Amino acid sequence: MAQTTFEEISASDFFYRNRDIAGFTNPSRAIFAAIRELVENSLDAAESLRIPPDIYVRLSYEGGASKETQIFRLRVEDNGIGVLPRHIPSAFGQVLFGSKYKLKQQRGTFGLGGKMAILYGQITTHQPACIISSTGMAKIYIYKLMIDIQRNRPLILDRKVLINKEQWKGTIVEFCLEGDYFRAMPKILDYFKQTAMVNPYANLTFVDPKGRLYRFTRVTREMPEPPKETSPHPYGVDVELLQRLIQITPYKNMLEFLRNHFHRVGEITARKFLEFSNISPSKNPKKLSHEEIVKLMHMLKRFKEFLPPDASCLSPLGEELLKAGVLKELKPEFVSVNRRKPATYAGHPFIIEVGIAYGGEIPKKGSFMIYRFANRIPLLYDEASDVSVRVINAMNWRRYKVTPDMPTAILVHICSTKVPYKTVGKEFIADRPEVRREIANGLRETARQLQRFLTRREHVDRERKRFGVFSRYLPKIAQFSTRLAGKERLPDIEKLLKSVKKFGTEET
Amino acid sequence: MEQKKHKSSMTERKKDILTGLENLGSRIYEQLDSGYFPSIAMPSRSTENICYDSLLRQFILGDRKVRRSARNIRHLKPFTQLVWAAFFSRELTSQRKTSTLRDVYYSAQAYEMTFTDQQESNNIITDLETVMGLSREDFNIFPEERSAVFGDLTIEYTVPGYEGRTLNLTSHPDGVLIGPALTSAEFAKTTADKVIAIEKGGLFTRFVEENVHNKFNAILVLTAGQAPRATRHFIRRLNRELSLPVYIFTDGDPWGMHIAMVIISGSANAAHLRDLTTPDAKWSGVWASDIVDYKLPTDPLDEVDIKRLYELQKDPRYKEDPLWQKEIKTFMKIKKKAEQEAFSRYGLTYIVDEYLPEKLEETR
Repeated sequence: MAQTTFEEISASDFFYRNRDIAGFTNPSRAIFAAIRELVENSLDAAESLRIPPDIYVRLSYEGGASKETQIFRLRVEDNGIGVLPRHIPSAFGQVLFGSKYKLKQQRGTFGLGGKMAILYGQITTHQPACIISSTGMAKIYIYKLMIDIQRNRPLILDRKVLINKEQWKGTIVEFCLEGDYFRAMPKILDYFKQTAMVNPYANLTFVDPKGRLYRFTRVTREMPEPPKETSPHPYGVDVELLQRLIQITPYKNMLEFLRNHFHRVGEITARKFLEFSNISPSKNPKKLSHEEIVKLMHMLKRFKEFLPPDASCLSPLGEELLKAGVLKELKPEFVSVNRRKPATYAGHPFIIEVGIAYGGEIPKKGSFMIYRFANRIPLLYDEASDVSVRVINAMNWRRYKVTPDMPTAILVHICSTKVPYKTVGKEFIADRPEVRREIANGLRETARQLQRFLTRREHVDRERKRFGVFSRYLPKIAQFSTRLAGKERLPDIEKLLKSVKKFGTEET
Repeated sequence: MEQKKHKSSMTERKKDILTGLENLGSRIYEQLDSGYFPSIAMPSRSTENICYDSLLRQFILGDRKVRRSARNIRHLKPFTQLVWAAFFSRELTSQRKTSTLRDVYYSAQAYEMTFTDQQESNNIITDLETVMGLSREDFNIFPEERSAVFGDLTIEYTVPGYEGRTLNLTSHPDGVLIGPALTSAEFAKTTADKVIAIEKGGLFTRFVEENVHNKFNAILVLTAGQAPRATRHFIRRLNRELSLPVYIFTDGDPWGMHIAMVIISGSANAAHLRDLTTPDAKWSGVWASDIVDYKLPTDPLDEVDIKRLYELQKDPRYKEDPLWQKEIKTFMKIKKKAEQEAFSRYGLTYIVDEYLPEKLEETR
């Protein structure tokens, strides 16, 4: 889309002018967004190597800018895959350059966030960013660079090479930006806590401008299966995508074209589809006219027999890890989680994971605590508009003996190759019926488990209380009746007490 | 049904009470010791189970029973309280100490037996009365004393420190309080040949001043309003043990009439108890017809009085003797009431000189 629409201004320039859409709306939002983007890049960088991430974030005070905003220096270190030296300038100094244009579940999608942060830093402080990276080979590369906004090109101000004696691997990004930390602080801390919740295998360290240390330690080294790359599913294509595929395809007929470029399309399905849409299997895709391409797209969407996309391109957290994360960050008395089977909306596969945590350190607030995640990223803004909140509000909780005034936290995680965000700000999920249904089913399942837990606990409580009453009063009856009857020895009430207790424990 | 043989000796009676309480303890002890949840059955005190016995001429409890079982978690606390109350009563009785309902409520706390409120502890004492068929005064739990007795009756104390000491009840012109010591005393001797019970303190004093006890050879009992159980029991003893007829003088209104009735036939609240009634006692005045005959100064009956009359009219106790129904009708007709003091319009001694002898004669 960039090529045709943005001939007159560069991509950097476009985002410079429209930084709102990437989340850099105001000084407090900007500092939150910068941290979030870099942390997510770091998590991805470590996960792509299947290494449990170790991420260190430091925000330090550099000086005042205006009454409300200050200049901060942000440093984010990771133990990820590192960036090859020849890619460093572009990876950090050229907007829309990156490794994330393939079809699999990833945190970012445009390769935009990290650079937006640096760009924002540059336009507010006019200082270069410093990138240190190594892929674990012999050398460490240090770049000082700025972005030439009009030309969307990196400007390398300085470059150093160090010997990598300890075979360090990872990336360090450091730059200055204007921001309002004290207003952003609660969100930033929430962000770390919730990120730790869905990344229980990561170590996160944050040092804030006052020197306070926040540390989120991993509880496991297990990591979810990484997502596999897939071809697009026929239900999810548009004309532009078809045209690109036709341009690059080496196949000379429609049958092979369909079989090789589309997800879950094999020989039989391809033949059935071609028959259905009245296209000759031997037709050369490169010979399709523009009208035929449009027709092809419509036919692809109309054909009912394509298998739904499989979920190998998705990487849900899994019930074990989700549980570990919730237990670690919320310290509840009880947690139940449910991973739904893969589903699709508009040709995009997605998986919903939900969790309900109860009691323990979860506060009672009079309403549910809701945690929303998309592709393992916490969503912290616009809660009220999110589909999960709507589903939660619409649910008949009384049926599960759960009320909002109980200390309850609800977690909803959606992973998808294309998360159905409602806005560019990527803060809440659109109300898609398919998504809504999966969330609702997941919540029902976990709510049932919570209900079972509550019922059992209530039962145990009742039995304990019951036993307590007996063990409180029977000895007194024994004592008073002994003295009343003028006996010496107390009667043996152990047997009676035991019979009460046995009755109690049998039922639990 | 009056099989319970009358105990002339208070000491004997106390001994029986102690044995009864100990037996209750033994029953519970045995059940516990042989591995059963103990239980106690007692007649139900619900309204449906209260009926009037025309032979006994008092309310009694019917055949419905309730069972308190230690197996039932809801019964467990009241059961324990009941056992405690029995134990506490035995302590009181055997150590010859007395107590009050309020005192019981607080004493429980010394045994880590908490009662939620006074009402709960009162109920438990009533339960104990029902189980034992005895009134709480028998367990030395007394109400605040307010009634008194005056007249030629010599009593012999049984309370600790006074055993064997005697007192003639004319020795104090204000009368002697009918309290624990008097209630548990033996009757030694008397020259009186009747008992006159009086509702109001003023009139009681007047009678003492006017020498009624000598003139009419009577023991005077002040009920001070509705007679407390101890007083009702005391009047009964005077009647039974000394064979003295009892005459009751109250105000001339439905309430006064009922004070007399409770002395005669007891109350529904005490349906589980015996020995509190004096069926042969007579209500000697002030009757509704006295108001007319003696032309007494009156007050009009108000709504509550009228309502009460209708209630009494239907009460089985009021159907025993036609006198009651007749007087109720007269009250309803004249719609007036008079107090005992109303006789003072004819001079201070009129009531003693004129009214009293006439009425004693009339109701003999």
